[in-house]
Amino acid sequence: MQCERTIRVLIAKPGLDGHDRGAKVIARALRDAGMEVIYTGLRQTPEQIVEAAIQEDVDVIGLSILSGAHNVLFPRIMELLKEKGIDDILVIGGGVIPHDDIPFLKKCGIAEVFTPGTPISQIIEFIKNNVKK
Amino acid sequence: MFDKESLERLEKEKVRWENSTVKKVIEKTPERYEKFYTGSNIEVNRLYTPLDVQEMDYMEDLGFPGEYPFTRGIQPTMYRGRLWTMRQYAGFGTAEESNKRYKYLLSQGQTGLSVAFDLPTQIGYDSDHPLAQGEVGKVGVAIDSLKDIETLFDGIPLDKVSTSMTINAPAAILLAMYIAVAEKQGVSSEKLSGTIQNDILKEYVARGTYIFPPEPSMRLITDIFEFCSKHVPKWNTISISGYHIREAGATAVQEVAFTLANGIAYVEAAIKAGLDVDEFAPRLSFFFNAHNDLFEEVAKFRAARRLWAKIMKERFKAKDPKSMMLRFHTQTAGSTLTAQQPDNNIVRVTIQALAAVLGGTQSLHTNSRDEALALPTEDSVRIALRTQQIIAYESGVTETIDPLAGSYYVEHLTNLIEQKAMEYIKKIDELGGAPKAIEKGYIQQEIQDSAYRYQQEIESGRRIVVGVNKFQIEEEPPKNLLKVDPEVERIQKEKLSKLKATRDNLAVKNALDELSKKALSNENLMPTIITCVKTYATLGEICDTLRRVFGEYKATVSF
Amino acid sequence: MELVDGILKKDKRAAARLITLIEREDPTAIDALKKLYKYTGNSIVIGITGPPGAGKSSLVNELAKKMREKGKTVGIIAVDPTSPFTGGALLGDRIRMQELTLDPGIFIRSMASRGSLGGIAKATYDAVNVLDAFGMDYIIIETVGVGQTEIDIVKVADMVVVVLVPGLGDDVQAIKAGIMEIADIFAVNKSDREGADKLVTEIEMMLDLSQNELDLRPPIVKTVATSGIGIDELEAKISEHLSYIQYKGVLEQKRKEKTREKFMELIKFHISKIIFQEKGNIIENLLKDISNKVIDPYTAMEKLLQCILKGE
Repeated sequence: MQCERTIRVLIAKPGLDGHDRGAKVIARALRDAGMEVIYTGLRQTPEQIVEAAIQEDVDVIGLSILSGAHNVLFPRIMELLKEKGIDDILVIGGGVIPHDDIPFLKKCGIAEVFTPGTPISQIIEFIKNNVKK
Repeated sequence: MFDKESLERLEKEKVRWENSTVKKVIEKTPERYEKFYTGSNIEVNRLYTPLDVQEMDYMEDLGFPGEYPFTRGIQPTMYRGRLWTMRQYAGFGTAEESNKRYKYLLSQGQTGLSVAFDLPTQIGYDSDHPLAQGEVGKVGVAIDSLKDIETLFDGIPLDKVSTSMTINAPAAILLAMYIAVAEKQGVSSEKLSGTIQNDILKEYVARGTYIFPPEPSMRLITDIFEFCSKHVPKWNTISISGYHIREAGATAVQEVAFTLANGIAYVEAAIKAGLDVDEFAPRLSFFFNAHNDLFEEVAKFRAARRLWAKIMKERFKAKDPKSMMLRFHTQTAGSTLTAQQPDNNIVRVTIQALAAVLGGTQSLHTNSRDEALALPTEDSVRIALRTQQIIAYESGVTETIDPLAGSYYVEHLTNLIEQKAMEYIKKIDELGGAPKAIEKGYIQQEIQDSAYRYQQEIESGRRIVVGVNKFQIEEEPPKNLLKVDPEVERIQKEKLSKLKATRDNLAVKNALDELSKKALSNENLMPTIITCVKTYATLGEICDTLRRVFGEYKATVSF
Repeated sequence: MELVDGILKKDKRAAARLITLIEREDPTAIDALKKLYKYTGNSIVIGITGPPGAGKSSLVNELAKKMREKGKTVGIIAVDPTSPFTGGALLGDRIRMQELTLDPGIFIRSMASRGSLGGIAKATYDAVNVLDAFGMDYIIIETVGVGQTEIDIVKVADMVVVVLVPGLGDDVQAIKAGIMEIADIFAVNKSDREGADKLVTEIEMMLDLSQNELDLRPPIVKTVATSGIGIDELEAKISEHLSYIQYKGVLEQKRKEKTREKFMELIKFHISKIIFQEKGNIIENLLKDISNKVIDPYTAMEKLLQCILKGE
């Protein structure tokens, strides 16, 4: 096996908001950090996100949401992953997410939630230290 | 403006000053950076003098307030006559809750309403659509039918307030509902004043709440232009928005350029649809962002005004001065708000609001300190409104018109921004206009490049964001954030099924069939849409009818 | 072997995982590919290539939908370039294929070229075999191609559709060297744009000049992928071409050549690997002597060959 293997990341926007500046900036930054980044575009349902993650066999799913629907959509994504018996994908989230909601999201299985202002270097570091496969 | 002799002397003296006085100091204590830049990466010199504005002609480039080219403002007396409209964008949950918030804001001295709709409404889905799951009532009020609009404006006299609605793809439908509810209040459409955003081009570029492909979308927009010029003459039929373009990462220059390029596209579409330019152009309005770099932002507003006036006069041969006036709403920059030390955001918003006022805005929304974390609480919204009121009543900046005019720096920046924006517009013209440039992904690419550069500057520490990459503290997570009741979705769905059981479903079907037919023709769709909403056809049903005829837009994404 | 069983039972996760192992050059991938080989050879492999911005993903999306309507299953491999500076890649082709994601008869995989030229990932050939064994009726490979680099797609695909659009400048002139020979079908996409007819004429003229070896002149289909225009015709032309090459035995011949070429590549790759591993010292010493003009490269080569053949 190669020693430095390429990390594959799915950047997904669940929900209906169209603010993809953050998602795109992160996608580029992860590419520049040597990762392969699959971007799926706006308005993705939890079902679509999980299916894309399977077909692309990614190591990481990065969810970006600014609409406030995270408490419904993030748990649904985790539930679907569980249903399919997938436990080796690192799932992280970001966007406008109130602090009070983070413990709940983590309990659902989201590994980390990054709020506005997080340096991208920190996100890259987190991914590198926590990929599961 | 300056005579040749004194300029020559100045030039010599400036060289002397650089080589003696400045040089001595720099040898001892160098400047903080080798080069300095504005917030949008325009290089900033150490000092500006008449040398930097020597080409300027006062009458030609600045003129007087209320007169062409409107650089100094669109009204002859500006804020000495009337202050800007303080308009806080609000709306969440159900129509009942939002109605309460509007009444509260009006009681606090706000002078206009600004309606935020939830995302399913903005994308033309009813609350019971599968994609609406988790989104109902979240970023704005949920509207499914005329019933909800009746509740939303209950007890608010629509002939007395002006209402701005942030709605784009389904703008025609929401406007139709507003006209219908006013009629029920006994207010005729001629008396209505307000704005619909109705700017689809920037949705494709920056905001993402599109439904239909560009062509039918442009047709809906020109239908609104035509209908309003006859029946709702005081209505601002479009708010051509740079706000979201800037939020997506554009620079100040790009904000001006891409917004005005979109404006040009709307004017061209309306002329092509057979309208006379002076018939609709006075009702065009704009919507800009106010970012942190105070002088650059003021210069941006001034440059935008001058450039638009020239475009309307020279390119479109408008005759009515009102067609040449760039009237605009401003909102402070949401993307500059930080989740860290959120109270710092109050200060950022103050500087940004000041820029908007010094730039001559017609109305202003100030963001609340907690918006990087959640929807704002009532307390936060009040502070934001008070910020505007302090600028208006205590700062003194309102007492004279365009007070920064004549600043060598500000005038130089104004010229530079206008010139660079014009270069972009030329490039976009070469690509075949804004819609083609968007289709090719050119505008998106330019914005994304700027967004990425901005982020890299923060990562490298060259750009400092207080509390984020400098002066950080350990802090407790903020408390008392606004939570939207998850019950909203259930309540809204219940209302919807009740409505569908009690309305005259045959009338609904007939109206929608008629709309389907009209959509295939060239006829103006507004009257038929008004008929539809009056039967209580839902927003989703109306949009689905149009989706079947028009198809749906699919994004082009480039990196 | 779990993965092999999974793939034969049409488990998408198993297929996805094996493709990952292939990309990582994991030795277990070879074991799985050995077992799967006998199940391959049933899919029709279609290459779709063209310059960036030609609307290839949209076209693939529409084509796949059409094939699904006819009850066929479709595997899609979308290849995008890896950044030579960072080794990373942005793979955005799925954006245009969102509506296919949940279709059980579709499998989409985005691949980065990972350093290989030719617009095709080194692992593409094996990934095609995985989807072939999985039982996909069609496998579409989408690659970016400008100039000569996309010729590699011919080595993997049974037939190639070249996508061009009007308004990209002198593209036909610039890319004809690479593209004209490999196209079985031309799609002029975004044909509602100005210049579409001119582009068609240009292609026709170029076809007049170069005689196709099959005596089958590549048809030109005008499409507007975003509104589904011309997709029926494109699909029909693909089927026609397919029947023709099957009937004439061209397909069989092509595949034999492909198998041969692939085997030759394998031999070259492994033999040179072994030689470099086992005779590394000798090669280095010879190299020194060549540099010092003690020996000439030709004699050095003969010496090396002798060593290898004698097993020294």
